[in-house]
Amino acid sequence: MSRLIVRIALDRIVTALIAIAVALAAIPVLVLLLFVVIKGLPGMLAPGFFTQSFHPYGIPGGGVLNAIVGTVEIVGIASVIAVPVGSMVGIFLSEYGRNSLGNTVRFVSDVLTGLPSIAFGIFAYTILVATLGHFSAISASVALAVLMLPVILRATETAMILVPHSLREAGLALGAPRWRVTLEVVVPAALGGIVTGALLAMARAAGETAPLLFTALGNDYLQLDPLRPMGALALTVYRNALLPYTSLQDQAWAAALLLVLIVGLTNVLARIYVRRIQR
Amino acid sequence: MSRGIAEKVVPAPLVGNRQRRSNVGDRIFGGLAYGAGFLILLIALVFLLALIIPAVPSITRFGLSFIVGRVWDPVHLQFGALPAIYGTLVTSAVGLIIAFPIGVGAAIFLAQENGMRVIRGPMSFAIELLAAIPSVVIGLFAFFILTPIMRTNVDPFLNHVLGFLPLFSGSASGYGYLTAGVVLAVMVLPILTALSRDVIATVPRSLREASLALGATRAETIWSVIIPYARVGVTGAVLLSLGRALGETIAVTMVIGNSPSIKASLFSLGYTLPSVIANEFTEAVGKVYQGALFELALILAVITIIVNVLARLLIWRFTKGEPVSA
Repeated sequence: MSRLIVRIALDRIVTALIAIAVALAAIPVLVLLLFVVIKGLPGMLAPGFFTQSFHPYGIPGGGVLNAIVGTVEIVGIASVIAVPVGSMVGIFLSEYGRNSLGNTVRFVSDVLTGLPSIAFGIFAYTILVATLGHFSAISASVALAVLMLPVILRATETAMILVPHSLREAGLALGAPRWRVTLEVVVPAALGGIVTGALLAMARAAGETAPLLFTALGNDYLQLDPLRPMGALALTVYRNALLPYTSLQDQAWAAALLLVLIVGLTNVLARIYVRRIQR
Repeated sequence: MSRGIAEKVVPAPLVGNRQRRSNVGDRIFGGLAYGAGFLILLIALVFLLALIIPAVPSITRFGLSFIVGRVWDPVHLQFGALPAIYGTLVTSAVGLIIAFPIGVGAAIFLAQENGMRVIRGPMSFAIELLAAIPSVVIGLFAFFILTPIMRTNVDPFLNHVLGFLPLFSGSASGYGYLTAGVVLAVMVLPILTALSRDVIATVPRSLREASLALGATRAETIWSVIIPYARVGVTGAVLLSLGRALGETIAVTMVIGNSPSIKASLFSLGYTLPSVIANEFTEAVGKVYQGALFELALILAVITIIVNVLARLLIWRFTKGEPVSA
């Protein structure tokens, strides 16, 4: 009988430990979001935050317009490179990739996913910054594009594999060649997954800092030329946080909130889109 | 594959001309698809070369002494990677030791089918949200909020209770290995939890029910059915998290203290491979200094590739080649 009591007690203890683990896993994100909102909101609502570029310490006002424009442009160019290439590779994997080349590509893309994000910056530095002789937004875009590729190609492959085989056979039986079946039957059916993958990859790229450190470098002034150094929200958060002035540190919190909002909204949008497609 | 079926169904004379015409389009499209596949391999190759070639000056100059050297002194062009390697391993170990029980515990909860459905949805959402938060934001939080707490509460407490161990000796500044480890724990928690949950969810329901039906408590079922079944896959999840922790740059750079030294105490300031690169790359002058940083990146890449390949092999073995999330 006493053994039974021990067993029951042990069961209760394990249940309690698991409950504690669940609580501990949920707490960080809540605390983090709370602080980012509380500390970031005043700065975000300050006049000029969205309409002015960086002001150095001592000059009142100032905002992150240069960084917002930079993030949009850098991620935009990266997406223009990564989305077509990535989805084409995904198409290859699902429609032509049941062989050793496909497995190699899958393996290599998994390895790329696991590489530290700072390595992507070094890669872009070597092939673009060192050869061109100056830092540039385009080199940051290339770094982010390579970082996005594995996400997009995996999402595309997964979405396309889920398309029922009968759809492909129906298309082929109607006499359509394979490429038209792929592009006009399979891809539209898988579009939800492909778009979601692309959106999630873009959100991730927008939040990356390490690949930008020695590619885009950062720029306190508004810059539109992709061949010049450019600011970015993530860089603003990183640089301002390490400055000894509270006004600029507050701006870092505000920029962090904006970044979280962008990334969070993109994630939510992606999920809503998936649900609408699935219905 | 699919074309084979169509050819079998449609009699040859009917296909004739049209088949040949469509073959041109098919060949172009297939060529494009294969080209895209090869492109990924090419990018990976260029990626590796872009890390290796600039590291050559440092590799030829320092040889093996680079990896075991304890001095990192750019002014005198003395470069040893050991402090950074040590810091990377210590912070990642601390991070995983903290994250492992929390992540696996939460995963066991999330993978259960019965009861508590109300909490499970929001929990999964919270964990996915944490995974989506940029590392610089976590770094900002750690830099301003976590370090004061570590300095005034956590570190002195650990020093008081466990101060007889060299690990918890000395005074605390709030920065250093332990704080970086806590940050890493938060950062690997989502991937560790999500992957472990996916792995534990593959434990056949019949096995669990059989164990419960034989009179085992839930704790005993976890211990003698779920854990043995999921061990390999969870090991893979831990390794993938390790890969993530090893390469985490920005958040760690903001709290590690950036001091190239090797200390036993977890309260000491240190350095990690990615944070050396992040801090010093833009100001590195000369082929040797830059080469040394490239070699650090190369070491980091090689370690993470090995860890990731091991992890993928374990998880692949477990899920039989199904793509896993994250």
